[in-house]
Amino acid sequence: MQINITVIVINAIAILGIGFSYYKDREKTKKALKIAFKGSLNMAPAIGIILVLVGLLMGFFRPEFISRLLGNQTGIVGIALASVAGAILMIPSLIAFPLTASLVESGASISVAAAFITTLTMIGFATLPIEIKELGKKLTFLRNGISFVIAVGIALIMGALL
Amino acid sequence: MKNKESEKGQQQKKKKKGGILLFAGILSAAVILIILYPENRAASIQASYDLFKELIVILPAVMVLMGLFSVWVSKETVVKYLGHASGISGLGLALFMGMIPTGPLYIAFPLASILLKKGARVANIIIFLSAWACIKLPQELMELRFMGFEFMIVRLTFTIVMVIVMGLIIEKIDGLSKSSAAPSIED
Repeated sequence: MQINITVIVINAIAILGIGFSYYKDREKTKKALKIAFKGSLNMAPAIGIILVLVGLLMGFFRPEFISRLLGNQTGIVGIALASVAGAILMIPSLIAFPLTASLVESGASISVAAAFITTLTMIGFATLPIEIKELGKKLTFLRNGISFVIAVGIALIMGALL
Repeated sequence: MKNKESEKGQQQKKKKKGGILLFAGILSAAVILIILYPENRAASIQASYDLFKELIVILPAVMVLMGLFSVWVSKETVVKYLGHASGISGLGLALFMGMIPTGPLYIAFPLASILLKKGARVANIIIFLSAWACIKLPQELMELRFMGFEFMIVRLTFTIVMVIVMGLIIEKIDGLSKSSAAPSIED
């Protein structure tokens, strides 16, 4: 079992949270648990996909291959690749972290990981239509465009720092 | 209104079905692969199993936290506080409100639109949306667990700074184009 301090703290907070919430308002707490359960069900296929993909990734690709594709020596190309992938793909951010962690474990660079996570979370190709509808084209394109530049910037800085 | 709701539900059902189909497709492809290449079988299954063990001890707690936040911090609270927030504290509040997990991103856009119509600062709205998208608290717990403290804290710091700068820049650009386009009647 992968029990460590982070896991213990998060579970403790969740349990305390349920206890406190239940003490304050039973109905709200039931609703919260229902939301949590429904959310988990909705995310289940994506979790399954990530489990399988990480398995294949670790089982089939040699670290040298991943490293050649997404490692430090790829420089800006690797970062650009990761940024575009992150902007287009729709992976729930919660489970994007384990995927990225296994990429790093098998040779991807920190910059690539940072770029991928940042564009994945900040930029949504799939949600562009809703964003345009609610906020207009100008704000939407500015936000997504600048976010992309920011993601590349953060990736470069992190590559230099860590 | 009711029609719209059911339409959304149907869309969600469709999306869910698509997800399950995709999962089934990828799983079958994976099964074929590990039958064809038995030498990679053990490592693949081990990696999937290891990840499963890691996720099962952390994801339920994270989901529960998200559920609790979404019932205790309502959309109305967010609108109430952000509608007339101003100055530096307004920027901070926008950031904080965005970080609280109150639901998926597609809820945030209509909220942001309401806030804009209520006269909230453009910078605050952009910061709020970006924080909602990329610095959600439960998400950061996962980042901490899987990417480590150093990675999380450095990325988070730069993201927060950049998001605030971006909010201010977009507000400037938006203000410029608005003041130059002012004579023409848009609506």
